[in-house]
Amino acid sequence: MIAELGLALLWIAAALACLSLVAAIVYLRSGKGELAALVRPASVAQGALTAAAFGVLIALFVRSDMSVELVARNSHSLKPMLFKVAGAWGNHEGSMLLWLTILGLSGALVALFEKRLREDTLIATLAAQAALSLGFFAFLLFSSNPFKRLPIAPPDGQGLNPLLQDPGLAFHPPTLYIGYVGLSVAFSFAVGALVTREIGPAFARAMRPWVLGSWIFLTLGITAGSYWAYYELGWGGWWFWDPVENVSLIPWLAGAALLHSVSVTATRNALRAWTVMLAVIAFSMSMVGTFIVRSGLLTSVHSFAVDPERGTFLLVLMALYIGGALTLFAFRAGAVAEGKKFALLSREGSLVINNLLLTTILALVLLGTLYPIVAEAMGEKISIGPPYYNRVAGPLALILCLVMVAGPLLNWRRDDGRKLWSRLPAAVLAGAAVLFGLVLFGGHVGVLPLLGMTVAAVVGVASLAPLWGRNLRRTPLPTWGMVIAHFGVAVALAGMAAESAFIKERLVAAAPGETVKVGDFAVKFVGVQPVAGPNYTAIEGTLVATTSSGDSFTMRPAARTFPGLMGTPPTETNEAALLTRPGGQLYAVLGQPVTDADGRADRYQLRLWWKPLVWWIWLGGGLIAVGGTLALLGRAQLLALWRARRARRKQERFA
Amino acid sequence: MRSRWVLFVPLAIMGLLFGAFVYRLVTPNDTLIRSQWIDKPMPLFDLPPATAGIEGLKSSQLADGRPRLVNVFASWCIPCRAEAPQLEALKAAGVPIDGIAIRDRPEDVAAFLRENGNPFDRIGADMQSSVQIALGSSGVPETFLIDGKGIIREQIQGVILAENVPEIVARLEAMK
Amino acid sequence: MKAKHQRLILALVALVGVAGAGVLAASALRDEAAYFRTPTEVAAGAAATGEAMRLGGMVASGSLQRQPDGLTIRFVATDGEASVPVEYKGIVPDLFAEDSGMIADGRMRADGVFVADRILAKHDERYVPPQMSHPPKTGKATPAA
Repeated sequence: MIAELGLALLWIAAALACLSLVAAIVYLRSGKGELAALVRPASVAQGALTAAAFGVLIALFVRSDMSVELVARNSHSLKPMLFKVAGAWGNHEGSMLLWLTILGLSGALVALFEKRLREDTLIATLAAQAALSLGFFAFLLFSSNPFKRLPIAPPDGQGLNPLLQDPGLAFHPPTLYIGYVGLSVAFSFAVGALVTREIGPAFARAMRPWVLGSWIFLTLGITAGSYWAYYELGWGGWWFWDPVENVSLIPWLAGAALLHSVSVTATRNALRAWTVMLAVIAFSMSMVGTFIVRSGLLTSVHSFAVDPERGTFLLVLMALYIGGALTLFAFRAGAVAEGKKFALLSREGSLVINNLLLTTILALVLLGTLYPIVAEAMGEKISIGPPYYNRVAGPLALILCLVMVAGPLLNWRRDDGRKLWSRLPAAVLAGAAVLFGLVLFGGHVGVLPLLGMTVAAVVGVASLAPLWGRNLRRTPLPTWGMVIAHFGVAVALAGMAAESAFIKERLVAAAPGETVKVGDFAVKFVGVQPVAGPNYTAIEGTLVATTSSGDSFTMRPAARTFPGLMGTPPTETNEAALLTRPGGQLYAVLGQPVTDADGRADRYQLRLWWKPLVWWIWLGGGLIAVGGTLALLGRAQLLALWRARRARRKQERFA
Repeated sequence: MRSRWVLFVPLAIMGLLFGAFVYRLVTPNDTLIRSQWIDKPMPLFDLPPATAGIEGLKSSQLADGRPRLVNVFASWCIPCRAEAPQLEALKAAGVPIDGIAIRDRPEDVAAFLRENGNPFDRIGADMQSSVQIALGSSGVPETFLIDGKGIIREQIQGVILAENVPEIVARLEAMK
Repeated sequence: MKAKHQRLILALVALVGVAGAGVLAASALRDEAAYFRTPTEVAAGAAATGEAMRLGGMVASGSLQRQPDGLTIRFVATDGEASVPVEYKGIVPDLFAEDSGMIADGRMRADGVFVADRILAKHDERYVPPQMSHPPKTGKATPAA
């Protein structure tokens, strides 16, 4: 019966969303207070019920209840428990329910904890959030019911795809989803503020922790996704500018821009209309990315072929939300009074340039992702690959980093160019040292990687400058957060630039016993042996990598074969072997056997890369997320609240 | 004075974007490789029976004067299950249907027919996908409309939807 | 007066920036977009020597040859009408085989051979229900570097 319970919970939650929306509209129209009192509890209950329905779906997967169509299609009783649980969101219906759960829970959190906003703006915000939920409830209940029963339960499920059983894959989508959907709160705040015309520091401060929080999850999701692609695809690259990657990068860029503009609005009450627009755009990009590009609607209609009305439904829904919010913006933003003035050379000025650059990069990435579709409409079939993105995004990102050097060192309102210069000597020296070092001793290095490493050195040193001469224990958490996140950017940039400048690659057909030199390593190919895994067979190679200082390490790259299931053709995957050293990573892939004239496999294809500093890329991503978290902790004022409460208790005790 | 029209720019850009999406949704995608066999006779093949009790399929049997469908399917293919009711409906409308089972085991084919009904007059077993490749078909399910002389007139890639059934019947009628 | 001046400068900077970005994007799109071509189009002379492009077709039956170095392969890509010889050095994807579809990124050499830097095997997504193509990367053809 619990599948029916889940469905009932969804219907009640949808009704509550409807109730919040109607109550809020009546209240905002007439100003009647009694209905407004309903909105907060209804939002909280809606979030809780949606989460409960999601819990029910997970329970169905855990119990392998094959009478539910979704479970039968996507699970199997023999799956490991982790993948049974993850199976709940590893499909269209389940991921929609996850999306709705996060949407509902975010609304509930806003209803519970947001105390800084004016009451009517808060109600309007919750109404916007309810309206978002309502559309997706309609989509789920009318065209993608996850709790649908089968007339006859099959003996077992069909979801035993070995390729999808990767722990990384199990948690990657929820992480990104939290990031995407967290931005919905920023969207709702923006719509709420436009409705009540309360666009100012209070609105910006209420929105800021949400933007930060979602951006942290997006950062983690992108970093983890990049590492996953790096080791799992066996392709040696860490970013492919694949549409699936781009659609997670685009909201991240919008979130980064919003993060900076919202701090201008919160601190200086400027850039207000821009902040509102970015908040709308950021979540719009999340929706477009998730539902249009990722669903395959654009890359192949066939993904929706069984059910084209789903695609149409989502498209209409999104057009309503995004179009509605932007129309509201177009009519209301003109009435927003001009913000506080500032000079170009000021903290605000640098953040404006930061925002312009980030949005430009966003637009160019979006253009590259969608251009093939536009071109196809005009009868040309083209593909846009890394060369385009590297060429347009690379230089802009470097300029952005230079702005990042100056921004944190500038005063609000106005500053003096000579004073700025006086704060930078160490950073400039570091940059110059790296540049000269590379030009003199680095050999042949491309222009972009050369500039990248130089800028990374400048940023790395300059990002720490805001801490100089300060009492570190009394430096506020958000400042620490900014410093660490900016330092993380420098680390990641250094990793990317060093990897592309000094990468060493060898492709050989090696016989057992042969030694291949790559970078500082002498890699001996010992041989191959067959290995059997739980659901695959593999040929595993043994390599012994020896450094110039004599340390030896064993590496075991493998080529796995998964037998075909239910008649499907067998699948093969390449498992790369990674050796992490302080200076970088050695990456080995085992290819196909090479047969001699008699048809015996006497050699094997081997591909080896030495990738200097490559792990700095993900370290940098991690640092950015840590910095964001520190800033969030500071902004959410948890510490301050806790201290205040303790102080109050003390007082009470003495009273 | 701030210029108001600037505020409509984001809306306009979004409008363009959605225009592209709608265009994409309504125009069929032609990234699939078209069969080279349209308006050509069926390639020659002679497939053994895919399961006990049902005849195999020979290409010469297709030119018997009656327009028909040849459905490429497999018991392991999930969309094929979704397609089964539409094939039943076509069968009920008097359309002769032959099947080609791709890389399938006889017992699985039998189970598939038990569960989903059997609309097929004959089913050939294509163990190595060789006929499938010869037909330029890249997946399952796929359906070919064959006229009475055994010439391929149309190729449907993917699942036949319920709303396609009357159209297919009409096309086959027109070939008579 | 001063404030207005500032705004004007900012607006100008933004305008120049946007125009610059537009020019950058346009030129990059023109130079870096790789056309997707079929062997028929290549045979008709659509591809200039050295221009980055993507070639899609079937690996002709019996045409796949491995060179003695164990790394280089040669084969003929065909679309049923015309064919183009292709050369590639590296590890090919597992699903790459004669009589199956493939996509190659690379460029035409002056002698009429297509030199691939990357080969993707086309495997059919319709074997998998649409839901499964949702997690990242699974909708992608198997890559080989």
